[in-house]
Amino acid sequence: MNTVAMPPLSGPVHHDDIIPARAPWDRIVRKGQTLRIIDLEGNQAVDFLMYRHGDDAERYSAQDTMAAQGNIFLREGSVLLSNEGNPMARVTATAVAYHDTIGGACSCESNTLRYGFHTKAQHACVENFLFANSHHGLGKRDLVSNINWFMNVPVEADGALGIVDGISAPGLFVDLRAEMDIVAVISNCPQINNPCNGFNPTAVRVLIVGEA
Amino acid sequence: MVQADPPASNTADPKSAREHARAMGHLRVEAMPTVPAADAAQRPDGVPADAMLWEETIPGGGYAAKELHRGARLRLWDLHGDACAAMLVFNAERPVERLNIADTVKVQWNAYLGPGSMLLSDMGRVLMSVLEDTAATHDTFCGASNARTNAARYGSGDNFGPHPNARDRFLLATAKFGLGRRDIHPCVNWFKGNRIGADGSMSLELGPYAPGRFLTLRADMNVIVVLANCPHPRDPRPEYCVSALRASAWRGPVAPADDPVRNASPEARRAFLNVDEYFQR
Repeated sequence: MNTVAMPPLSGPVHHDDIIPARAPWDRIVRKGQTLRIIDLEGNQAVDFLMYRHGDDAERYSAQDTMAAQGNIFLREGSVLLSNEGNPMARVTATAVAYHDTIGGACSCESNTLRYGFHTKAQHACVENFLFANSHHGLGKRDLVSNINWFMNVPVEADGALGIVDGISAPGLFVDLRAEMDIVAVISNCPQINNPCNGFNPTAVRVLIVGEA
Repeated sequence: MVQADPPASNTADPKSAREHARAMGHLRVEAMPTVPAADAAQRPDGVPADAMLWEETIPGGGYAAKELHRGARLRLWDLHGDACAAMLVFNAERPVERLNIADTVKVQWNAYLGPGSMLLSDMGRVLMSVLEDTAATHDTFCGASNARTNAARYGSGDNFGPHPNARDRFLLATAKFGLGRRDIHPCVNWFKGNRIGADGSMSLELGPYAPGRFLTLRADMNVIVVLANCPHPRDPRPEYCVSALRASAWRGPVAPADDPVRNASPEARRAFLNVDEYFQR
């Protein structure tokens, strides 16, 4: 069990939102502010994308981020880079050992491959991303490899990988400090066919704190 | 003051300039397309000349793109052992459908691509399959270099300079299909390997390797393939090291019912069924 305490955040609390299970969420986070995500009930995957506010063709790049740090896991200290190599946010603190950025977002379409055609009508993260992005003039072609906070995707020596049982727990958190003004988009993952949500999607809490 | 005579010129008037331009047409260099492709310098064994669709040698730092119809084979040759082929793939009919690297590794439960691997779209369909691979060193994690990474390592990264970066090569290539900056999706890097340790660390396999390694892909949908041949973003060599890449394509049959890639896994069977249904018209 990880014992990292949630550090105090200074400055005004601009938003303190509960994202219901299975729901999308989107807000603007200003440079210098902290976005805190709390896994209220434990092992709830929080699918996350971000775009540069005002020039949203620049967006989070999992590949640039992993290449720059030489490691596939996101940990405290990881700098989240854009597709043009600019720091968008920094993981300033987290109580979870590592987070995922290779597993992508579940979709109705990929669910048909992974689990069978009977899952086509189930809600999925891509549905949430498309809906949340529509508030910002963004669409399907703006979806790229995302971050999955609180999700565990190990890679074995032979390349085998998969979404396996989580390493988060109730009340664990991740803090991101924005390094530019960003549009932050979340899908509170509705997946029920793998252990990313402990087979039980739950609510998460999200705060935006600090002087812009 | 006495002015020197201008240098002798054979381009002083339009007709002279035309002759000057036309006199160049016979020139041949290593990095160029072979047109028509039937005259290919390196036609794969068993492929008749009239089945050839494309042959182009892409210089280190160069790029190319090609629309290929369903069934076409695409061979990428690491001609001199130090190519790095960053690749994007789009559904040519509807380019909002494109390669999804996360789904590609997640659905196949494996991050290392090789013979029998599928390149999956974000719509649960197979864009391309890997039929042959003599290289076995490929990377699905690191993506394309960009202007910043190349400027940091080589002092510059511009398209107009000596150290072009893969992202800006993609930008030019996709622009010629009406696509743009927001369409450059996570890519696969062929010919440079990347092994992941238990702690998430990366071990790059950069070679250089023996000349002539190749892989053969099959287009399982009508696709736009975009290639940028630039050094891998984690290549530690201080020099801009990347050698020529050759792309060859030829007509071929679509995946039959007994195709080994189609039947490699339950996930593959469903991905090909989704393709079959897409082409029911």
